[in-house]
Amino acid sequence: MEAYLSLFLKAVFVENLALAFFLGMCTFLAVSKKISTAMGLGIAVMVVQMITVPANNLIYHLLLKEDALAWMGITGVDLSFLALLSCIGMIAALVQILEMILDKFFPALYHALGVFLPLITVNCAILGGSLFMIERDYDFGESIVYGVGSGFGWALAITVMAGVREKLKYSDIPTGLQGLGITFISAGLMSLGFMAFSGIQL
Amino acid sequence: MDNETKKVLTDPLVNNNPITLQVLGICSALAVTSQMSTSLIMAVALTAVTACSSAAISSIRNHIPSSIRIIVQMTIIASLVIVVDQLLKAFAYDVSKQLSVFVGLIITNCIVMGRAEAYAMKTPPMASFMDGIGNGLGYSLILIIVAFFRELLGSGKLLGIEIFPLIKDGGWYEPNGLMLLPPSAFFIIGLIIWVFRQWKPDQVEDQDFKILDISHGEGGHH
Repeated sequence: MEAYLSLFLKAVFVENLALAFFLGMCTFLAVSKKISTAMGLGIAVMVVQMITVPANNLIYHLLLKEDALAWMGITGVDLSFLALLSCIGMIAALVQILEMILDKFFPALYHALGVFLPLITVNCAILGGSLFMIERDYDFGESIVYGVGSGFGWALAITVMAGVREKLKYSDIPTGLQGLGITFISAGLMSLGFMAFSGIQL
Repeated sequence: MDNETKKVLTDPLVNNNPITLQVLGICSALAVTSQMSTSLIMAVALTAVTACSSAAISSIRNHIPSSIRIIVQMTIIASLVIVVDQLLKAFAYDVSKQLSVFVGLIITNCIVMGRAEAYAMKTPPMASFMDGIGNGLGYSLILIIVAFFRELLGSGKLLGIEIFPLIKDGGWYEPNGLMLLPPSAFFIIGLIIWVFRQWKPDQVEDQDFKILDISHGEGGHH
């Protein structure tokens, strides 16, 4: 249990996908103008991450890994080079299915997230989460915790960023630095803040 | 080289840079810039993938039904990235370990998808190939500038060759550890954007709001 808790905290703070690995930056910068939309996207990313990471974990361990097909009586096959293709396919398919399920059963949530769901397919934070899971060889339980943690970390980062940007409206910024430039620099300062967690040993 | 090709190749370098103006492809770029060698490899890999995928997608553009075009594009891009990934693992294993998941993340790099969607779907293969190379170079330019400052100031080296002798080896330069950490990449890109926009003021985006000028307005008298 303790191992799971420390993995969760590590995924949220120390190895924050947005601020330590720069994943999902395009959407992070584009959609962080208002707190409400940023939070909506953050929740959507968290939900998708929570499903895709364990799902990709199952596919990788049952089908693609070296000798993973042993349960079907096939040995000596290593399909791990297909991991990239299967991960992105899985993510695209899951996002599509999630969109249909939400539309049918939770219309309110669907309308709240509506615009952001398709964007998530090309969000590198999602693919990055799955690839990190493969690289670090997490088992099924760990992959669920990592999926939730990394998604939550990303959501936290984008919500805080949106808060900072809403306050930035009141500051007088040099012309050339307005917009994208100052956003980068404030993201850098936030990332510096999150680095303070990296000394914590769990 | 005719004018059209030249324009397609050089436009994305400064005037229409994918990173500083179109805000694409920042995702996987920043993490690899703490060293010149990894950024060079990453730049070459991305340029190759963008050029080849644009050419491939453009050559079948008239046969792709528009409802499934995203999936078709994704599959082509993912296959090309697998090729690059396997090549790196075979011939440059150390670098591929350092780049870790970021080679795989070229798939979701918005530059590749963006060029496929915005340019390759409408233009013939040769021009799309050139456009891919041009945008790849625009990305590479930023990557190399960032990596240059980070490696030089962070460890006093360039491509592993010592430029500033470090204090601990009897030299004079005290390395700036911040430059090796993630936040410095944000700062450097922010400053590059500032320089670019100061140089080409038309790249400044329109603001949704304006600061009231206190000397003429009534803003200061509350």
